[in-house]
Amino acid sequence: MIELRDVAYSYGGGELFSGLSLSLAPGSFHFLTGPSGAGKTTLLKLCYGDLVPTSGEVAFWGEATTGMARDALALNRRRIGVVHQDCQFLDHLPLAENVALPLTVAGRHHEAAAYLPDLLGWVGLTRHAERRPPELSGGERQRAALARAVIMSPEVIIADEPTGNIDWEMSQRLLSLLVELNRMGKAVLIATHDLNLIRAAKAQVSVRTLRLKDRQLIAAGADL
Amino acid sequence: MALSLLAGDVQADRSVPPTGFTARLTLFTATAMALLAVFALALSLAAGRLATRWSDELSQSATLRISAPAEQMDAQVAAALELLRTTPGVASARALDSEEEQALLTPWFGPELPLDALAIPRLIEVVEEGRGFDATGLRARLQAEVPGAVLDDHTRWRAPLVAAAGRLRGMGALALLLIGAATATMITLAAHSALSANAQVIRVLRLVGARDAYIARAFVRRFTLRALAGAGLGTVLGGLLVALLPGGGDDSGSVLTGIRFAGAQWLWLLTIPPLAAVVAFGATRLAARRMLERQS
Repeated sequence: MIELRDVAYSYGGGELFSGLSLSLAPGSFHFLTGPSGAGKTTLLKLCYGDLVPTSGEVAFWGEATTGMARDALALNRRRIGVVHQDCQFLDHLPLAENVALPLTVAGRHHEAAAYLPDLLGWVGLTRHAERRPPELSGGERQRAALARAVIMSPEVIIADEPTGNIDWEMSQRLLSLLVELNRMGKAVLIATHDLNLIRAAKAQVSVRTLRLKDRQLIAAGADL
Repeated sequence: MALSLLAGDVQADRSVPPTGFTARLTLFTATAMALLAVFALALSLAAGRLATRWSDELSQSATLRISAPAEQMDAQVAAALELLRTTPGVASARALDSEEEQALLTPWFGPELPLDALAIPRLIEVVEEGRGFDATGLRARLQAEVPGAVLDDHTRWRAPLVAAAGRLRGMGALALLLIGAATATMITLAAHSALSANAQVIRVLRLVGARDAYIARAFVRRFTLRALAGAGLGTVLGGLLVALLPGGGDDSGSVLTGIRFAGAQWLWLLTIPPLAAVVAFGATRLAARRMLERQS
């Protein structure tokens, strides 16, 4: 579904990583770990087309993103649910409309009523549905971002530190949701520092853990 | 397209937060520009009417001036009238009587002018028909038969007047074009400002898979409708002001007293708001496309 082939990325003068390859196949579950500043967020952004690699190739469902028309890129993004680290929302809209935004931009707003109540219940935000994002705590925003990322039932879910600001109980609930989606054939890629989350996931599904270090991506599953 | 633009997409519109400053700027610009457009249109149409009237009226008449010794005056006038009667293209010819000549000279010499004591030329008013007479041929015949006659077909001073009115009309049209360009520029700046202020909104919309057309539509529709509303207001205000301008009546021959819309010309005002909306639509669409391309 999403493939990175021999990808390198440079910021200004310095090279963040190079020669990096990754394939997110249907039903795969990846964790991405590594020290702060190693480039985890950058790697995720390459995976959903928010950044273009300095060299190498990123492909969405077999089609290279280099030179891809912006409309085609937008349509591909509808197949990818993203949870940003900074959880950006449309601050003037209520939470419910923010969560339903992917359906709205896809012209399927009428379907929101069918999914929203359950989804908001899942992430424990039912009573905050009419509140504006700036009125929510960091943890609530993260849960809302996850709800928004999965409302379209995307084929790939990419999350950057999705449990960074939430308690253990809620992170387990969110993990259960991701595991459930993964069992339905969705590919999941999560960048995290939370080793307990990785262990909890390993107990439920087959997980591959990758570590981004010294500009390289290495398998790190065995030592967890 | 116009209908779908007016109907809009409520959800897409809600994606973009209301922006007070750019809304007020667009509304004010459209109102002011529409007001100016009404004046420019009124000036252009008035100049056009004047040019046509001067051209028509003066091209349909001529004056024959007869200077002759007093004892030959009546004979030459009669000969000239007879000659004119047989000239093709002349509808009628009439010698002005002494009272009419007195009235013509009164503004310069006062009402007490002793006309009988002065060697004042006699004037014959010639009204043309159809395509008019052959001035060169008539002059040649007059020279032979009425030596004291001088034909003035008004060409000498009609041409610059008509040209001046035509230029005035052209300036009105140029002013309308400049107003349209200024409107487009101001709305483009306002759209740029709105798009820049909403960079995060655009980023979030892109993140969830919004296409450029979806993002642009909300901005374009908002600016188009604001321009339509502002131009509508400006046109109504401009129309009222033009209607309240002091006029010189229908026979007014001055541009200043003739700035108004006559009859069906009022309908031209109906074109201003839609044209402003079209300008806003084009300007915002172009600005949005460029901005989205730059932000991608």
